[in-house]
Amino acid sequence: MCLAVPGRVLDIEERDGTRMANVDFGGVVKEVCLEYLPDLQVGEYAIVHVGFALQRLDEESAKQTLELFATLGLLQEEFGDPWEMAAEVGETLPSAGEEARK
Amino acid sequence: MKYIDEFQDPDLARRLLDDIHSTVTRPWALMEVCGGQTHTIIRHGIDQLLPDQVELIHGPGCPVCVTPLEVIDKALEIASRPGVIFCSFGDMLRVPGTGRDLFQVRSAGGDVRVVYSPLDALRIAQQNPDREVVFFGIGFETTAPPNAMTVYQARKLGIPNFSLLVSHVRVPPAIEAIMQSPTCRVQGFLAAGHVCSVMGVGEYPELAERFRVPIVVTGFEPLDILEGVRRTVAQLERGEHTVDNAYPRAVRPEGNPAARAMLEDVFEVTDRAWRGIGVIPDSGWRLSPKYREYDAEHRFSVDGIQTREPAACRSGEVLQGLLKPHECEAFGTLCTPRTPLGATMVSSEGACAAYYLYRRLDLTPAPREATPVV
Repeated sequence: MCLAVPGRVLDIEERDGTRMANVDFGGVVKEVCLEYLPDLQVGEYAIVHVGFALQRLDEESAKQTLELFATLGLLQEEFGDPWEMAAEVGETLPSAGEEARK
Repeated sequence: MKYIDEFQDPDLARRLLDDIHSTVTRPWALMEVCGGQTHTIIRHGIDQLLPDQVELIHGPGCPVCVTPLEVIDKALEIASRPGVIFCSFGDMLRVPGTGRDLFQVRSAGGDVRVVYSPLDALRIAQQNPDREVVFFGIGFETTAPPNAMTVYQARKLGIPNFSLLVSHVRVPPAIEAIMQSPTCRVQGFLAAGHVCSVMGVGEYPELAERFRVPIVVTGFEPLDILEGVRRTVAQLERGEHTVDNAYPRAVRPEGNPAARAMLEDVFEVTDRAWRGIGVIPDSGWRLSPKYREYDAEHRFSVDGIQTREPAACRSGEVLQGLLKPHECEAFGTLCTPRTPLGATMVSSEGACAAYYLYRRLDLTPAPREATPVV
């Protein structure tokens, strides 16, 4: 939950008086609130936590982090189906553990 | 250096490690505050790459783990009520309350929904005006601003059927409590990077000065952790105790002023109980009087809940640094992520989960004696 993931702003619109954006996290697109970074522009990167952009990030750092998170399976953890993960947690964790030890 | 090839930049990792090895002249105990950092450390074996003199003590920085059992039980009670849609982040689903969890409440017919953002819960409230929609608002300074904004929006848009079950916690009072413990061995802190992305570093110089302890703002990736350790050890070896920012790409000194202003408007500081640790003064937030009508505890009568901690679970000691996860008798046998006795085994940031995931076959005793920190 405290994982904050860098993403790139694809487009911006106002909804219910709130500045919202579609943000691309290495292929997964989510709606993100920009109220805490009101001058963030299309094409820029930001650190996003639970649907809120919290701080700007330079493109190179953002891409490196996204690549690392994808390799470690953290993007799946953050954006995957939580019910499925909660149900299967007993089955998936040991194999992930084995994987990490290789 | 058996894991080092897995690092994003193994050459840089090697240089940082060489620097740390050549700087250290005596033993130092550092605490990483954030559970996300604990997972990075265990996953990449960073604690095993460091010199023997540098010990990392895992801090109480997992928001799911420190949420008191009483609050979990209140969530389960509210989620079980007819007419309620209970919304939560996914990592709360399997956190055990007294005898059950949210996953089981849903199986028994409760309308429990997982959302990615608290604003999703607000939208569910808009779409279901005849139902009460409650969002489970836990977390540190990183998660509090999104939840604050959601309550602000609920009021602005006049959405009466939304409320927040709030149990937010703050890092600086926890650092203070740790340092005030007579048995504290912590000599330096790796401060949680994304908490500082929001709050900046302004709360730390006073703590660093008062307790003569270096506080180094640190990120979450393996190289970030190594850099945080390198800078903390360098300060300790020089006899310094300042606040240093080793994560400048994501942390500005002032943090995020808009988010901090919203926190001040929507929340007020309060004493807060931490699971396994007890009440820490001024260590939490609750809704300010202006927003009290959006407080789920006021809207639903959930007082008088009887909580019961499982006797075999020693997560309280793990959260205080008294015990390493694999030193618990239930670890990996009675207690697994599928049948967790405590939140530290099931949370994606829990210390027990980190050991189970990445070191479950390596059940050798910890090399050093664990010492209480709170």
